[in-house]
Amino acid sequence: MRIPCPFCGPRDITEFAYHGDATLTRPAPGDAAMHDYVYLRDNPTGVHREHWYHSAGCHAWLTVTRNVSTHEIVGAEMAHKEAS
Amino acid sequence: MRYSLTSLITQTLSGHKGWKPQWRDAAPKDEYDIVIVGGGGHGLATAYYLAKEYGLNNIAVLEKSWIGSGNVGRNTTIIRSNYLLSGNIALYEFSLKLWERLEQDFNYNAMVSQRGVLNLFHSDGQRDAYARRGNMMLLNGADAELLDRDGVKKLYPFLNFDAARFPIQGGLLQRRGGTVRHDAVAWGFARGASERGVDVIQNCEVTGIDIVGGRVTGVTTTRGKIRAGKVGLAVAGSSSRVAALAGLRLPIESHVLQAFVSEGLKPVIPGVITFGAGHFYISQSDKGGLVFGGDIDGYNSYAQRGNMPVVEDVCEGGMALMPSIGRARMLRNWGGLVDMSMDGSPIIDRTDIDGLYLNAGWCYGGFKATPGSGFVFAHLLAKDAPHPAATALRFDRFRTGAILDEKGQGAQPNLH
Repeated sequence: MRIPCPFCGPRDITEFAYHGDATLTRPAPGDAAMHDYVYLRDNPTGVHREHWYHSAGCHAWLTVTRNVSTHEIVGAEMAHKEAS
Repeated sequence: MRYSLTSLITQTLSGHKGWKPQWRDAAPKDEYDIVIVGGGGHGLATAYYLAKEYGLNNIAVLEKSWIGSGNVGRNTTIIRSNYLLSGNIALYEFSLKLWERLEQDFNYNAMVSQRGVLNLFHSDGQRDAYARRGNMMLLNGADAELLDRDGVKKLYPFLNFDAARFPIQGGLLQRRGGTVRHDAVAWGFARGASERGVDVIQNCEVTGIDIVGGRVTGVTTTRGKIRAGKVGLAVAGSSSRVAALAGLRLPIESHVLQAFVSEGLKPVIPGVITFGAGHFYISQSDKGGLVFGGDIDGYNSYAQRGNMPVVEDVCEGGMALMPSIGRARMLRNWGGLVDMSMDGSPIIDRTDIDGLYLNAGWCYGGFKATPGSGFVFAHLLAKDAPHPAATALRFDRFRTGAILDEKGQGAQPNLH
């Protein structure tokens, strides 16, 4: 797999660290939903959005859209752009 | 037909024309007391023990493909109980004891071979950690032996003892660990269950779980509706997908784990060896192929195949441990769909839906647990209470904080 880093261009998967599901939203501290946020996952088949960190590159956090059933990478964008 | 020397001689004399199919390829009935979803090792073992130990036989095992097409036929066949936490070791040691008498119990040759599992250590800190683990194993009724460098050398003189970065200082040996012929486990349990009246139904995918007023009433399948008093899920990497049919979200991610086999070689590795300075483990099959593996790929996947970086990483581990492996050619590799739980330990428990039971979260260690998992899941389904060996494997442990974090990694399923 190669991830198209918006800053560095297409780079090999070994340069990235995986952080998992990007569809989750952190609830307020003490919220009962914290358990669900920390432990529960939809774990879908097909296209999924996930966080990858370009640890051996530009150190950017990316939101990568990837098909987990085929390993096809659909796209990648800066995670902070999405957050703001 | 009971398999024995007599049956073998009789069949030999009659030209092997009298062997019967080992289990009935059943068609689904309208209703069962218990439906088990998943015809892998754990599902078939559950049905077998329900029939044999708990006297129930109005049971169906539903498999979307053919039995044994998933992880029970895709693993590296190792059995062991070298765990640290009491909640885990109780189950795995229970399971290892079942392995030790399994072939006599289900009258099938599963080639259970207690050839020993050796975990190497390469530093003082790692030695201390393994000494602690060995003590925990002894306290929980398992066997463990701490070997020094000479002890390891006697067993495996060909290892790279003086590697500059990771010299081998010793190892933790579990002599009762070993390997099993994995396909035969699925076949043996299917045969034993089928003989006792269980319907093993292949090519029957569950597409819905029917719930009325918070209680399971049956399942919808590609071969019609089946009513059931209780439904047990044992679907490994598909757990999240199947549980979602009942509206449940699980503390599980599905990942891909690869395994590798070399060309057939003369006997060189008598037991199972794990490298302590990377993630690499190896044994030799009875056919002569070196069977080895390492880490999961580390990202969510339903593809049943992995990528090259892990192939490279595993082979590097092998070269660091035993450079002679570099002369062997790799014959094939494959990927399995593993259900990585958030703390690295399995779940065998009731769910919030009456009559729906869950057996999941085996990470990449489900094979060794097959008989134990089947037995305790059968107990749960039959008695509606956990088996004494599985009281810690609760579904609600993430909410209560009583997690079984064997590796101490926290809620990071790709790191367990």
